[in-house]
Amino acid sequence: MTGMTDRLHTLLAPGRTRALAGFALAAVLLFAVAPVLLSPFRLSLLAKFLCLAMVAVGIGLAWGRGGLLTLGQGVYFGLGAYLMAMHLKLADAGPGGVPDFMSLYGTGEVPWWWEPMRSPAATVLLIVLVPAALAGLLGWAVFTRRVRGAYFAILSQALAAAFAILLIGQQQTTGGTNGLNGFRAFFGYDLTDPVNQRMLYLIAAGVLLLMVLVARQLMVSRFGELLVAVRDAEDRVRFLGYNPAAVKTVAYVVAAVMAAVGGALFVPIVGIISPADVGVVPSIGFLVGVAIGGRATLLGPVLGSIAVSWAQTSISEQFPSGWIYFQGALFIVVIAFLPGGLASLVRRRRRRDSAASPPAPELEERPA
Amino acid sequence: MTDLPTTTEPAAIEPEPDTTGPAAEALLGTDTSRFRHDYLEVRGLRVTFGGFVAVRDVDLTVTQGDLRFLIGPNGAGKTTLIDAITGLVGATGSARFGGTELLGRGTHRIARDGVGRTFQTASVFEELTVLQNLDIAAGARRGPSTLLRRRRGTPEAVEQALELVGLGALRDTTAGVLAHGQKQWLEIGMLLVQDAHLMLLDEPVAGMTQAEREATGELLRRIGSQRVVVVVEHDMEFLRSYADSVTVMHQGRVLAEGTVAEVQNDPAVVEVYLGATHTDDEEA
Repeated sequence: MTGMTDRLHTLLAPGRTRALAGFALAAVLLFAVAPVLLSPFRLSLLAKFLCLAMVAVGIGLAWGRGGLLTLGQGVYFGLGAYLMAMHLKLADAGPGGVPDFMSLYGTGEVPWWWEPMRSPAATVLLIVLVPAALAGLLGWAVFTRRVRGAYFAILSQALAAAFAILLIGQQQTTGGTNGLNGFRAFFGYDLTDPVNQRMLYLIAAGVLLLMVLVARQLMVSRFGELLVAVRDAEDRVRFLGYNPAAVKTVAYVVAAVMAAVGGALFVPIVGIISPADVGVVPSIGFLVGVAIGGRATLLGPVLGSIAVSWAQTSISEQFPSGWIYFQGALFIVVIAFLPGGLASLVRRRRRRDSAASPPAPELEERPA
Repeated sequence: MTDLPTTTEPAAIEPEPDTTGPAAEALLGTDTSRFRHDYLEVRGLRVTFGGFVAVRDVDLTVTQGDLRFLIGPNGAGKTTLIDAITGLVGATGSARFGGTELLGRGTHRIARDGVGRTFQTASVFEELTVLQNLDIAAGARRGPSTLLRRRRGTPEAVEQALELVGLGALRDTTAGVLAHGQKQWLEIGMLLVQDAHLMLLDEPVAGMTQAEREATGELLRRIGSQRVVVVVEHDMEFLRSYADSVTVMHQGRVLAEGTVAEVQNDPAVVEVYLGATHTDDEEA
């Protein structure tokens, strides 16, 4: 009996009820409301925004909680995207076939490192493993050498620049500036079919919700507390017997994998991936939504990212060249006047509300 | 290392009459098997920054039950010595604790070997609660599966530490809003749950009120009977009240060592602290 009531208390604890309610609301909006209200074109746009928001979830964890200013997430987004695009090109070409652009610009032979992407299963696996391995190696090398703050930011940005330049230089194997495009099917499903497009949207929505759940679990876990401790006083953590480099590397790898999955889904939804989507400018673009929404919160990065993507589209429709100024102004205003992002407004208000009534005692969670 | 130190035995300290509750006993006595050779042994330790020798061939032995104070004028090398023992700055020579050589190892590995320290300015995790601070301090040996789960309940050692340092009522308070003295106590509590059996405290009572100093002194005395404690301190009154023994450093060297009375009457120490001519005149 007491076990039951304890469990009930656990479920009804204020934080958890709110999270459950928010999650249910998001699911209803994404799965039921949006597909009904939005035209196929707008729905496809929203699907693209959701892919970009996946990158934001990871940045929120690494930057907001871990203090790692990841200015080069375009690299991991690009890795996931290009791996997926390579698979789609190979699948379009058929078994043993050669992607169209290779016959056009290259030798007409498929390079060895394209071959694994003929297999759908291997592609999905590599989309997770390649970014995880790169982020793991790089993170460990950088964090154990105690590179941090602005130096880490510059380093990660330089990586994004180098990655874009590398892609541009290899036109025969990566499509160069044009990138990879003109995909016809996604794992056997025709990409021009509206039903399949809607399916892709639903997949993106599901994956994003899953990522938010993963991020939430990481934030409320002991690891999440440790990550904040590393962000605020790295040396102190070291004197407690932890290796902060390991903690940071884990957060960095998780953010990289989330970015890569976002990139992989971006490709069939948008239909193109090019160096312009993975370089320095898009890497900073990923950050803007996170900063505006509130980097240290769970939902701030997601909502901020979607809002910024939406604003970008609508403003670009009205004033084709106005967006970049608007984006810069927004960024400056938020950093200068609202460093915690829009989420800090919500929090401030909530605190004012709770000041009026006595705060509810936090329920201790006991093992049932 | 067969030559055991010959300095003060635990007998030097009298059993504490005041409230050593069961919680305190349980916490302070944790895991004695890991540290059967509980003493710090520093031999020929030297720290140089460029051409400047900050710590010059220091020998130091501190045993359990001997609450050792480390004093000296500014720039004597006290904090640098602690930095060297905890791996923050490179050093030559030897510093052993529990039979393990500490020099040349990573800071977090030294911490796992049971060496803990505090800083002149209290450094707690300001955005986390008192409980979270202690929970993190207790967790350096946690595996991934524990880390990835939510904190449920409070580890026993954390509960005991909360009681011992008197922060039980403030457990859910954000550490950033604690008073200065409370932050220092939280730091001491973190060392206790971290299972540090060599505790190096850098000016723990600086900025405290008289009442807070007394409470801290009693706490240190209690801890010192079970663990090896070295306190860097400038406050002479605090030193006279609570030190079992004193090491005086000056210009990177150990100038004198002994009980408070011995050190106070040491002409070299008097000279350093009061100025040569003055004392010479008086003694003449």
